[in-house]
Amino acid sequence: MIANRALYMRRRLANSAFIVLSLGAALFGLVWLAFILGALLTDGISALSGTLFTEPTPPPGAEGGLSNAILGSVLMSLGAVAVGTPIGLFAGTYLAEYGRHEKLSFVVRFVNDILLSAPSIVTGLFIYEVIVVHMGHFSAIAGAASLTVIVIPVVVRTTENMLLLVPNGLREAATALGAPLSFVIRTVTWRAARAGIITGVLLAVARISGETAPLLFTALNNQFMSTDITKPMASLPVVIFQYALSPYEDWHALAWAGALLVTATVLVLSIIARILEKQKRT
Amino acid sequence: MTDISLSEAEPHLAVLAARAEIARSKGAGDARFRLLALSAAIAVLVIFAGVIGALLIGAMPAFKAFGASFIWTEVWKPTREQFGALGPIYGTLVTSVIAMLIAVPVGIGVAIFLTDLCPRPLRRPIGIAIELLAGIPSIIYGIWGLFVFAPWFQTHVQEPVITALDGVPVLGTLFGGTGFGIGTFTAGLILSIMILPFISAVTRDVLETVPHVLKEAAYGLGSTQWEVMWKVALPFARTGVVGGAMLALGRALGETMAVTFVIGNAHRIDASLFAPGTSISATIANEFTEATSELYTSSLIELGLLLFVITFIVLAAAQLMLRTMEARQGK
Repeated sequence: MIANRALYMRRRLANSAFIVLSLGAALFGLVWLAFILGALLTDGISALSGTLFTEPTPPPGAEGGLSNAILGSVLMSLGAVAVGTPIGLFAGTYLAEYGRHEKLSFVVRFVNDILLSAPSIVTGLFIYEVIVVHMGHFSAIAGAASLTVIVIPVVVRTTENMLLLVPNGLREAATALGAPLSFVIRTVTWRAARAGIITGVLLAVARISGETAPLLFTALNNQFMSTDITKPMASLPVVIFQYALSPYEDWHALAWAGALLVTATVLVLSIIARILEKQKRT
Repeated sequence: MTDISLSEAEPHLAVLAARAEIARSKGAGDARFRLLALSAAIAVLVIFAGVIGALLIGAMPAFKAFGASFIWTEVWKPTREQFGALGPIYGTLVTSVIAMLIAVPVGIGVAIFLTDLCPRPLRRPIGIAIELLAGIPSIIYGIWGLFVFAPWFQTHVQEPVITALDGVPVLGTLFGGTGFGIGTFTAGLILSIMILPFISAVTRDVLETVPHVLKEAAYGLGSTQWEVMWKVALPFARTGVVGGAMLALGRALGETMAVTFVIGNAHRIDASLFAPGTSISATIANEFTEATSELYTSSLIELGLLLFVITFIVLAAAQLMLRTMEARQGK
């Protein structure tokens, strides 16, 4: 009886310890989030200024903003999404609609998931070898291309997942009415999965808007305002990287302002994506 | 009578012909559409092959110059054109191991908390908050780590720990030396925060697939929550949890910007984890644009190739495990 009670107490104790530890784990995660967002808000907001959106990046000691970096980020992201989305959409469509059980699809799925998590710096090296070496210099095209390589796998994965959620009854009904498969895909399945596919594109944009490593040796950086896509172009993440590692205080402040902008963009995009996803479910 | 039937048949034939024409054009469009989808799918394979091919070609000069010994040589002297990958490889592996040692138990803990223990109304907000950690770009972890975390870590953790462990065998060496704030351990710690959401998200998903009857049966036998989780739910979800952890490891190995900011960029292997080091990705990010000679650039690309091979193996293993888990669910 006494032995039993001891055992019982031990089990209860172990259980309490377990509950406390899991609670601690959750707190651990939340504390870091608060720590990071707090620092970002205090250092970022104090560095915000009116010239942020109107002036290009300054030399050390001078007044300036981030307008060239913001424009560069927007241009290269747009380029990457414009090229990456159709490729990803069609590849995802192939996986879900045409070759769902084919060997080729199995391989594409596997390779795509590897690309999805592969180190982004390797993407930069790849584009450097393929484009920068051949052009002879860094350029915005190369930057956009390296971002495209990151966009494609994200769009492929979400497109396939979303198309798989479309009930087969819809496809069968449309086919029974005599519609060719391409017509069924364009007017029925894509339309049914539209919110999900848009979510995927938004997530891809969120992912590339903070990517730094692949831009370092493709688009490099540009001190001045530039819209020439064959020339090096500034981008927010690369400016943050260079300015944060510089010894100048006012450059640090600009890096923090850029960090706040990037994080805000990413979080807003993820929230919109989440709302869209929720709408689709209901 | 024949007149009537003809006049009735004529439009009918015309409609049929028109329909046949539409069907033919749609059919041709159909084939084109299929071809478009197929070529996009093949494009994914081409990109993958392109990455490997480009890295192999780029790494050729370094491979010819150093051979396989590149992997186990520690020297990194750009001025003398001597390059060895051991330092960066060591840094990548050690930071990832530190990250996994912290993030795996904590990530599983978070997942357990969110599936079983958390009050229902708090589940969604806490879940989203943890997921936000995954959404924050790596460069933000970098700038935060360098300016905010490292100074705090130096005064509040490193210095007391170094003083406390001074003279203790093994631990005194591992956590000895001078605390700079930045270093291998700091990089591993920040990595652990970054990969935590991946582990907890996958673990949460697989824990939710554990059949309720299984858990209820265990509770019915008088098990505590801990016993149900440890002896019933986690063993059931084991493959998925390991797969999720491998996926996170793949991320940690290749993570660049956060590590570059805080690892210290020193090409040497130090016994102390607090000492500055470097990783494969940090070396490439820091030195690539400065690399002046062909051999220097090529050595950095070979580092990239090594990184790609290591992450490929880890990610492939992760996928196999997660697929097995999915297949089992399907049955």
